[in-house]
Amino acid sequence: MSYTSRFSGGLFGRLSCSASALTLLMTSTGFADSHAQTITIATVNNGDMIRMQGYTDQFTEETGISVEWVTLEENVLRQRVTTDITTNGGQFDIMTIGMYETPIWGAAGWLVPLDGLSEEYNVDDILPAMRGGLSHDGTLYAAPFYGESSMIMYRTDLMEAAGLEMPDAPTWEFIREAAAAMTDRDNDVNGICLRGKAGWGEGGALITAMSNSFGARWFDMDWNAQFDTQPWRDTLTFFNDMMQESGPAGFATNGFNENLSMFQQGLCGMWIDATVAASFVTNEDSTVADSVGFALAPDNGLGRRSNWLWAWALAIPAGTQQQDAAMQFIEWATGTGYIDMVAENEGWANVPPGARISLYENPNYQEVPFAQMTLDSILSADPNNSTVEPTPYVGVQFAAIPEFAGIATEVSQEFSAYYAGQQSVDEALENAQAITNEAMEAAGYR
Amino acid sequence: MARAVTSQRKALNTVVAWSIGLLIFFPILWTILTSFKSEAEAIANPPVFMFFDWTLENYSVVLERSNYMRFLTNSVIIAGGSTLLGVLIAVPAAWSMAFVPSRRTKDILLWMLSTKMLPAVGVLYPIYLLCIRLGVLDNRAALVVILMLINLPIIVWMLYTYFREIPGEILEAARMDGATLKDEILYVLTPMAIPGIASTLLLNFILAWNEAFWTLNLTSVDAAPLTAFIASYSSPEGLFFAKLSAASTMAIAPILILGWFSQKQLVRGLTFGAVK
Repeated sequence: MSYTSRFSGGLFGRLSCSASALTLLMTSTGFADSHAQTITIATVNNGDMIRMQGYTDQFTEETGISVEWVTLEENVLRQRVTTDITTNGGQFDIMTIGMYETPIWGAAGWLVPLDGLSEEYNVDDILPAMRGGLSHDGTLYAAPFYGESSMIMYRTDLMEAAGLEMPDAPTWEFIREAAAAMTDRDNDVNGICLRGKAGWGEGGALITAMSNSFGARWFDMDWNAQFDTQPWRDTLTFFNDMMQESGPAGFATNGFNENLSMFQQGLCGMWIDATVAASFVTNEDSTVADSVGFALAPDNGLGRRSNWLWAWALAIPAGTQQQDAAMQFIEWATGTGYIDMVAENEGWANVPPGARISLYENPNYQEVPFAQMTLDSILSADPNNSTVEPTPYVGVQFAAIPEFAGIATEVSQEFSAYYAGQQSVDEALENAQAITNEAMEAAGYR
Repeated sequence: MARAVTSQRKALNTVVAWSIGLLIFFPILWTILTSFKSEAEAIANPPVFMFFDWTLENYSVVLERSNYMRFLTNSVIIAGGSTLLGVLIAVPAAWSMAFVPSRRTKDILLWMLSTKMLPAVGVLYPIYLLCIRLGVLDNRAALVVILMLINLPIIVWMLYTYFREIPGEILEAARMDGATLKDEILYVLTPMAIPGIASTLLLNFILAWNEAFWTLNLTSVDAAPLTAFIASYSSPEGLFFAKLSAASTMAIAPILILGWFSQKQLVRGLTFGAVK
């Protein structure tokens, strides 16, 4: 026997046996029980989602379907579910996704259309803005668990001390004046706290929504970047000047959590952010819970306000083997019965907001201090008509194209560098323009 | 001749060493302290250090919400399995490179290390698709193999460095006494390299324990280790720092305890060959 054949028969044989054994071992060590009906749901670690997990036993009791939760931080979840759905991995039966992903994934055929929802579910009860944002070509692809816009949360006591009165729908000029009047550096009170942190879902969301009210847009009708226009320059300089005058030190790295923490401790006069924060600033952890007022996000008299629109929604990936069970869960979790159950056990202020018309018609919910302003904010955001000039994209604080998340993350990094004093406004806008046009060209839009 | 060190100098060295040690340990200490605070105290400004109402509530919430033992078991199996498998493969590889080097040994070593320079996300899709084809997504054995492959260059490099310190004449003497290759590696080389192998095992166990890219991307329920457990408490919309700190403390506690008890071997192994 030659050396080669001995090698092939011996070592390779043993290697091949080992590989087979390894594959067998790998495939046999899974725990999944194929007999019991269990659905796996990927979700974010937000308060309302965690609350929903607490009621899962109720669902299992009613239907006999067990639920496994995979809870992840928002950015990790986004990467995880994107990898799974684009490879048809089948790891999840339900995914928690937002308004950005839903129309794109729906159009790609990656999601199961939710056109088989029962009559009792009453799909017409979903707020039109939410339904529109979670649909593609009129077909609903994800059911909203909770929806949000953005609005002004402000300290009524500081506003009164400054001798001002907050209008229901203020302008940016008023906000800037009020912020300056409320600022008290000696006592660490900042007139206004806003997101400056890089990231398309952090500072990127706020500045894009704000730019809408200044007449700016991301792209013209031919997908050319618009950062070389005056409205973008006005947006950025106004934001930065106001924050330098009346914002906290280091605002360029502040996101939702940093601002929430400061507002709860009485260090912010005003905060413009997600409507879902209203329950946090008025709960027992907040030192200023008794003196918080709400108003619509500001505008600039151009017919567009600076509030965004978002929903965390439940969708079924096309690769799931348990479509019926997943559909049952979605009906249970996003139906009116779930809202009633939470209200009964934890009070109306804790029900998932912003998804259903009937919730805002309920007299009990109307007594919640931020309910009406949340609804007004949601209703004033229109993803199909969010800018003064026409655009080829849908979305308020984003453009619903697959390339947007990557581009906007880079652009927001340029903006944050400007806020931090690392570059001028012109440099930031020039870089943003170049990054965006280059990426759009590479993607074949231009 | 050794240099005389004054007692003042010794005291200064001790103070500096302790200060650096405490500085490095401070983030861990702060995480542990925060885990015993309420959510409001966790974000208090100015921060409270020791004088707060100590509570175990966060641990109770975390234990109620998550199946900690399942995550812990998975971490132990994945980190332990990948380390042991890696050492089993790396010992003969490092032996051949240290004692029977070829002209290309140095190149091979450098090439092996260069694989660590590739951003993991660059191969996420190929590995994910491979796992789907083999039906091993969310599978502990698959992660054992993947983490072993990821850490193998480091294991080989570390062992190679330790083996190079062992005089080749000892192995030659063993061969002259009739030792086979197996005997030479098992009964001569390995006992002499125990400190090095122990520190390699420990260091790679820690690396595998903390690995968060593959363990998050290739698992969902059954194989999810403690990295997934921590990730489930991080939230961009809501202040849950105290609960996140409790989850982090529970995740690092086993490895911290292991490191504490084995610090002698760890330091001995890491400084092996440093003083000649």
